[in-house]
Amino acid sequence: MCLGIPGQIIEIIDADNMLAKVDIGGVTRSVNIACIVNDQDDLSDYLNDWVLVHVGFAMSRIDENEAQKTLALLQELGEMQQEMDAMQSMEPQS
Amino acid sequence: MSSSNDIITLSHGAGGKAMRDLIDDLFVKGFANETLAALEDQARFDLSTICSAGKQLAMTTDSYVVDPLFFPGGDIGKLAVCGTVNDLAVGGAIPLYLSCGMIIEEGLPLETLRQVVLSMKTTADQAGIQIVTGDTKVVHKGAADKLFINTTGIGVIPAGIDIQAQRAKPGDAILINGFIGDHGAAIADARGELSLESNIQSDCQPLNDLIAQMLNTCPDIHCLRDATRGGLATVLNEFAEASQTCMSIDEKRLPVRAAVRGFCEILGLDPLYLANEGKLVAIVPAAAAETLLAIMRQHPAGKDSVCIGEVTQAPQGHMLLKTAFGGERLVDMLVGDQLPRIC
Amino acid sequence: MKYVDEFRDPAKAKAILNEIQSLLTKTAIVKQRPLQIMEFCGGHTHTIFRYGIEKLLPETIEMVHGPGCPVCVLPRGRVDDALSLAERDNVIFTTFGDAMRVPGSQKSLLQAKADGADIRMVYSPLDALNLARKHPDKQVIFFALGFETTMPSTALTILQAEKQAIENFSLFCNHITTAPTIKAILDEPDMILDGFLAPGHVSMVIGKQPFEFIAEHYHKPIVITGFEPLDILQSIWMVVQQISAQRSTVENQYARVAKASGNLPGLQAIQQVYELDASSELRGLGKLDHSGVKIRDDYQQFDAEKKFALTKHAASDPAETCCGDVIKGLMRPWQCHAFGNSCKPETPLGALMVSSEGACAAYYNFGNVNELLARRQKDTVNS
Repeated sequence: MCLGIPGQIIEIIDADNMLAKVDIGGVTRSVNIACIVNDQDDLSDYLNDWVLVHVGFAMSRIDENEAQKTLALLQELGEMQQEMDAMQSMEPQS
Repeated sequence: MSSSNDIITLSHGAGGKAMRDLIDDLFVKGFANETLAALEDQARFDLSTICSAGKQLAMTTDSYVVDPLFFPGGDIGKLAVCGTVNDLAVGGAIPLYLSCGMIIEEGLPLETLRQVVLSMKTTADQAGIQIVTGDTKVVHKGAADKLFINTTGIGVIPAGIDIQAQRAKPGDAILINGFIGDHGAAIADARGELSLESNIQSDCQPLNDLIAQMLNTCPDIHCLRDATRGGLATVLNEFAEASQTCMSIDEKRLPVRAAVRGFCEILGLDPLYLANEGKLVAIVPAAAAETLLAIMRQHPAGKDSVCIGEVTQAPQGHMLLKTAFGGERLVDMLVGDQLPRIC
Repeated sequence: MKYVDEFRDPAKAKAILNEIQSLLTKTAIVKQRPLQIMEFCGGHTHTIFRYGIEKLLPETIEMVHGPGCPVCVLPRGRVDDALSLAERDNVIFTTFGDAMRVPGSQKSLLQAKADGADIRMVYSPLDALNLARKHPDKQVIFFALGFETTMPSTALTILQAEKQAIENFSLFCNHITTAPTIKAILDEPDMILDGFLAPGHVSMVIGKQPFEFIAEHYHKPIVITGFEPLDILQSIWMVVQQISAQRSTVENQYARVAKASGNLPGLQAIQQVYELDASSELRGLGKLDHSGVKIRDDYQQFDAEKKFALTKHAASDPAETCCGDVIKGLMRPWQCHAFGNSCKPETPLGALMVSSEGACAAYYNFGNVNELLARRQKDTVNS
C-alpha cells in the first residue's frame, strides 16, 4: 500500500489528537501528524511544512534540500545531454 | 414540527385527491406550460409543425438516481433535464419536449420536491424545452432511495446532419468543451465518505445551444457524444470500436482543474474515468477544428474548449494515450466502478 | 503540484534514458541476456504502466514485477475470513478500496455489499474509528492491509481507540513484512535478478538497514525509489551504474521523503501494538517465517479475530490460474492461459486481475491485449 502524496499543513485543527488540516493541490483533509512532530514542539511550528500523506497520516516531512539536490542532478544531466547533442551536430560527417 | 402536509405520503401516489392536489400545486404550477396544464392522459403535438422543423424524430430516455439529491453545482432535477436534453442534442436534434416520471420514497419532504421541480423548470427554460407530461408514484419507505426521476425527450434532427459513432476517420480532430472530471469529483466529495473538502462543482449544463452553433459552423461533424458515466475514456473507446480507428490523445492537452487533479492524486483515481454532465466530445474534420474551437470558446458552455488529440489508424478499436512523460499506453473502457486505492 | 510535477518532467527523462543506454553498452551481462530488474512494490508497477515507462526503456532491460502488492499476496481464505466478519449482524465492515473486488471462494466484498452486508470504503483507518464513535450500537471492523507503510497508521488508530475508550472498534489484521518477502524471491531457484528497486514508502517507515542483507548477502544492487516516473528512471540508472561497476550496495534515490533511519514515532507505534507472527501464508510464496504481524495481547480487545472468534478458512486458487508464479515474476501475466479468457477485469479469477497494481490488471488495461494473446499463441506454438 504505497500511495502517498505531498501536501502542505495549513492549520492545526486539534492539538490534543494531533490533527492538522493539509492542503493537497486545492483539496483539504484532516491528517494525523503524530509521526512527524517532536514531543516538545508547539504544533504550530509545523504550519506551512510539506509532508507526505498516506491514508490520513503524515509520514515524513519532505526535505526541500534533498528534493532540490535530486532535481539539480537531473537538470545537470539534461544540460550535459544538450551539450553533447549540440557537439555531435557540429561535427563534420566523416 | 412536521405535519402531514410537509412530507410526501403514500396517499400522494394513490390516484385520489391528494395526488391531484400535488400535481396541480407542484407540477402544473412548477412546469408552467399549456400542454401540461390541460392534464390529459397524453401530451399532443401538431405533426406538421414537427415535420417542418426537420427530417428525423429523435427520442431518448434516462433515469436519474443520484445520491445525494443536492450537490455543489446542481441537483437531481437539473441533471434529469440536462442529461436527456444532451442525449438528444448530441444526435444533432433540436430538443422539444420532455416527460417526467417520478418515483418518490414515502417521507420525502415536500420542500425537497418543490426545489427539484423549480430546478427542472429553470433548466428547461435555459434549454428552451417544455416538460409536458408526467407520472407520479409513491413507494414505501426503503423501496426507493429518496427520489428517482425518469425523463424521456423528443427532438427533431434537421436535414443534412449525419452524426454517427462509426464516422470517425483517421486525420479527424478530437475536441472537448472544457474541464473533465468535475461532476464525478463533486459527487464523490458531496457523499462525504472520503472526508475531503474542496470547492469542486458539478459541470452539469445543457449543451444544445452550443451544439446548434457548432453544427451551424460545421454541419459535417462526424461524431458527437456527451461524456457522462464512465468518463471521457469510455466515450472515446466507444468511438474507436464503432469506427475501427484509434483515438490518439495527448495527455498534456487534457484539461483537468487543479482541485480535481488533487482529488484524483489523493485517491488514486483517473480523471479519464470520472463522470461529466456538461461535456461533449466531438470528432470533426481536421480542416474545421480551428473555426469550431473559436465558435465554441465564445459560448458560455465552451469557453475552455480544446483539441485533445486526433483519430489515427491503429491500434484499431482502441484509445491510445501519449503520456505527459513521453510514454504511451492504451486506455480501456471503465470496468465496474472506479474505486479509490491506497496502493 | 509541488514535489510531483517536477518529477514528471519529460525533458529530464530523455537525458536519463540516454545515460542508461550508454552504460548498457559497457555492461558485460547484456551481451548474453537482458538485465532483469525487479520493482518489488505494486505502487512502482502502477507508475511504470501508467507512464508507459517499459516502452521507453531499451530492450536490454526487462522490468520484473514483484510481489509487493498486499492485495495480490492475500490468500483467498483470508478474503473468506473477511467476508464472514462482514456478513455478521450489526457489523460495519470498513476497508480500503483496493480490497473490494478481490474474489473469495464464493464472492468478493463488493458482491457481499450488493447482497446487503454493511461494507464501507474508507480512505483512512481514522475514518473507520470515527464511524465507531458515531455508531456506538454497531461493531466497526477495519480490514487492515499493507506492508510496513501502513502499519503505523493502523497502530496509531488502535492507540487512539484505547485512549478514547472506544470499545466497538476492532482490526482484522493482515499486515505483512517486506524483508522476508524479498528474501523468498531471492531464494527462488529459478529466479534470475540483477537488481532491485526498493519500496520507497516502506523505507520511509523502516529506514535503510533492513534492505542491507540484499546487497551484502545476495550481492544485488538495490535502490530505494520514489513513485514519480523520474524517480523510477533515476533509480534504474543507479542500479545499472552499480551493475556496470560490479558493486552492490543500498542507495537512496528517495532521500527527500525516506530518511536512512526511517520514521521513529511510526516504528515505536508498530512495536507497541504489533508483534511478528511465527509465520504467515502469502500467495505464491507459501508460508514464510515472520512475514506477518499480529496484534499484541495487550491490545487483544481490538483484535477482530479474537473478538469474534473467527474460524479461519483455507482456500486454494482456481486450478486454471497461475497467480503464484506471476506474483513471483517467474511468469508473465499473458503466459497464464486464463489471462484474457476466463480471467478478465470484469470476471477476475484472482487478485492480480483486480488490484490496481496487480501485474495482470496492468498488462490487461495498459497493454494491447490482442497483441499479448497473439504472443502467447506464438510462444505455445514454438515451445
